[in-house]
Amino acid sequence: MDRGGLNAMTPQLAEKPKLVPFASAFEKRPQGGPRWLEDLRARGAARFAALGLPTVRDEEWRFTNVAPIGAIDFSLAEPVSGVAEQLAGFAYTDAPVRLVVVNGRYDATLSRTKGLPKGVRIGSLAQAMSDHADVVQRYFGQLSDFTHRSFAALNTAFVQDGAYVYLPDNAIVDAPIHIIFVTGAEAARVMAHPRTLVVAGAGSQCRIVESYIGTEGQTYFTNGVSEVFVAENAIVDHYKVQQESLDAFHVASLHAHTARSATFSSHSFSLGGKLVRNDALAILDGEGGECTLNGLYLADRERLIDNHTTIDHAKAHCPSHEIYKGILGGTARAVFNGKIIVRQDAQKTDAKQTNRALLLTDGATINTKPQLEIFADDVKCTHGAAIGQLDDDAIFYLRARGLTYAEARDMMIHAFAAEILDRVKIEPLREALEAELFEQLARDLAEVDGTRT
Amino acid sequence: MLEITRLQVTAEGKEILKGIDLKVNKGEVHAIMGPNGSGKSTLARALSGHPEYQVTGGQVLFEGHDLLDMDPDERAREGVFMAFQYPVEIAGVNNAYFLKAALNAKRKHQGLPELDAMEFMALVNDKAKLLDIDKSMLSRAVNEGFSGGEKKRNEIFQMALLEPTLAILDETDSGLDIDALKLVANGVNAMRSPERAFIVVTHYQRLLNYIVPDFVHVLSGGRIVKSGGKELALELEQKGYGWIEAA
Repeated sequence: MDRGGLNAMTPQLAEKPKLVPFASAFEKRPQGGPRWLEDLRARGAARFAALGLPTVRDEEWRFTNVAPIGAIDFSLAEPVSGVAEQLAGFAYTDAPVRLVVVNGRYDATLSRTKGLPKGVRIGSLAQAMSDHADVVQRYFGQLSDFTHRSFAALNTAFVQDGAYVYLPDNAIVDAPIHIIFVTGAEAARVMAHPRTLVVAGAGSQCRIVESYIGTEGQTYFTNGVSEVFVAENAIVDHYKVQQESLDAFHVASLHAHTARSATFSSHSFSLGGKLVRNDALAILDGEGGECTLNGLYLADRERLIDNHTTIDHAKAHCPSHEIYKGILGGTARAVFNGKIIVRQDAQKTDAKQTNRALLLTDGATINTKPQLEIFADDVKCTHGAAIGQLDDDAIFYLRARGLTYAEARDMMIHAFAAEILDRVKIEPLREALEAELFEQLARDLAEVDGTRT
Repeated sequence: MLEITRLQVTAEGKEILKGIDLKVNKGEVHAIMGPNGSGKSTLARALSGHPEYQVTGGQVLFEGHDLLDMDPDERAREGVFMAFQYPVEIAGVNNAYFLKAALNAKRKHQGLPELDAMEFMALVNDKAKLLDIDKSMLSRAVNEGFSGGEKKRNEIFQMALLEPTLAILDETDSGLDIDALKLVANGVNAMRSPERAFIVVTHYQRLLNYIVPDFVHVLSGGRIVKSGGKELALELEQKGYGWIEAA
């Protein structure tokens, strides 16, 4: 149990320190844009000043200490050059349709937005704020609650630009839309607060890939917020590929809202980052909607990957599926918190949640918690967690057929990861992820082998 | 081919085999029988290199090489095959994929070219008929959701694919109905050859009606207490193990 619990109750500690991190960046907060945006930023800044960064005393952050982020006086990232060459080293960055956002700012020269059906708009969010204002204003910030969520408040305080995807009713976009967020700077420790807004009209269909990348070895902080609205009968297939520098901090939340008979699925791949927190929150807000939140993460060394998910069943007859899997080596730590809310009206809900982690070393740890809040009485909710090492009996069985220990182990780990990888419907993305994952695994395992006696 | 001398084996700190001597020549089928707890399965597992069985004394030579000095996978690649009493279910590992990897590991070891997917499937189709292996079993995960009989047939199927020099069958007949038993026995009999030897560990004489052994050994209390020809199995069937244990 929480050994710090008693101390946390003492009055001296109940008050949060009022010292606001990132003071110098706050002095240079972005200006301009429409009036409502200026207003929103000011409210975000005010909320962040009041909330500060979360501490391990916050239930939502019990196992993830973000003090190392607050300890660095990150400056606001400026546009940088040389990004085009950099993209080549990352998974699926050569997609025919792509939006490139560098240090929070949309880069038109690197982006490819041609050949889309009539009425579909993709591109700069800042641009859309002025010339697609009615849509943007209706949806922007509706899902990301910054009154209680400190990183959302921080993002809102700095909101300026990002990626915008709009599909009118019945628009079908076949080519995956790849949004690439690049963060970092040569000499400075920078932070970026990119924003994504996806509005998929009734009966529309698209695939979205969000990639987060940066130069290896750089220390920077990406604090993203994405909002996805899936209107009646629309289908959005979403992928997140987090491949930040192994010295980078990554905090991001993905919010999805589904209307009647809408389908949203998201697959999250966390491969990089030193301290990573992914929040994925879906609201099933129309009957017959369906939601899938899957994830696969890989961590070695002293890295930390925290996945918090919430699936909020607000209406009846909605199935939801969730599988999160992690592979941990070194003294890596992982956190999985899967919340499922079934509201009073959400009868006939069918929610399934599975969480599995494979610990390759004795030093790796995971804290996992399913959290079910059920207020309806005619529902089906299942959850299961399994944490463990590779099954020795299975390894022996494979070896008894002639495979070496390393071959047997790799076959088992690949099988473990394949359950998520196989669900990636974009073939070149799946291949790139597979290659990247197994290359990283090979490095981790070489390290594990080095310590094996 | 196989020469076991004064083999002593401990499992979980308990001495189970207390000095086994056994010589198996090419082309022979040896049945190992004995009551529960006599050490039959321990012998099979120790020969396959299971890490939970520690050899505390004795020697095992396989084709002149020290078998006990080899890792389990080396033994397999050298031609020792163990049909498990309880085949493990391995979620997510496709049966055909696994078999191809195993077969190619052995072929590589023998200096033979690896089989590609087409060649492998042709071979698989051939062997699958023999054991009435359903195609769907190949596309499923290794042993996952297989019935008891399917698991045992899958073991013999693997044996047929890997073509070992020495096959050890650990209670492959337990829990099989008569049809499955016949299939398994046919699979084994089809593989009998002057170059191959079998050690068939069984609790029941029934299997030996179908796989007729050249020699029968009775294990009791961690030692071979009686050896004989196939008629010994029938004698055991009639009299039970009591008269041997008492002797």
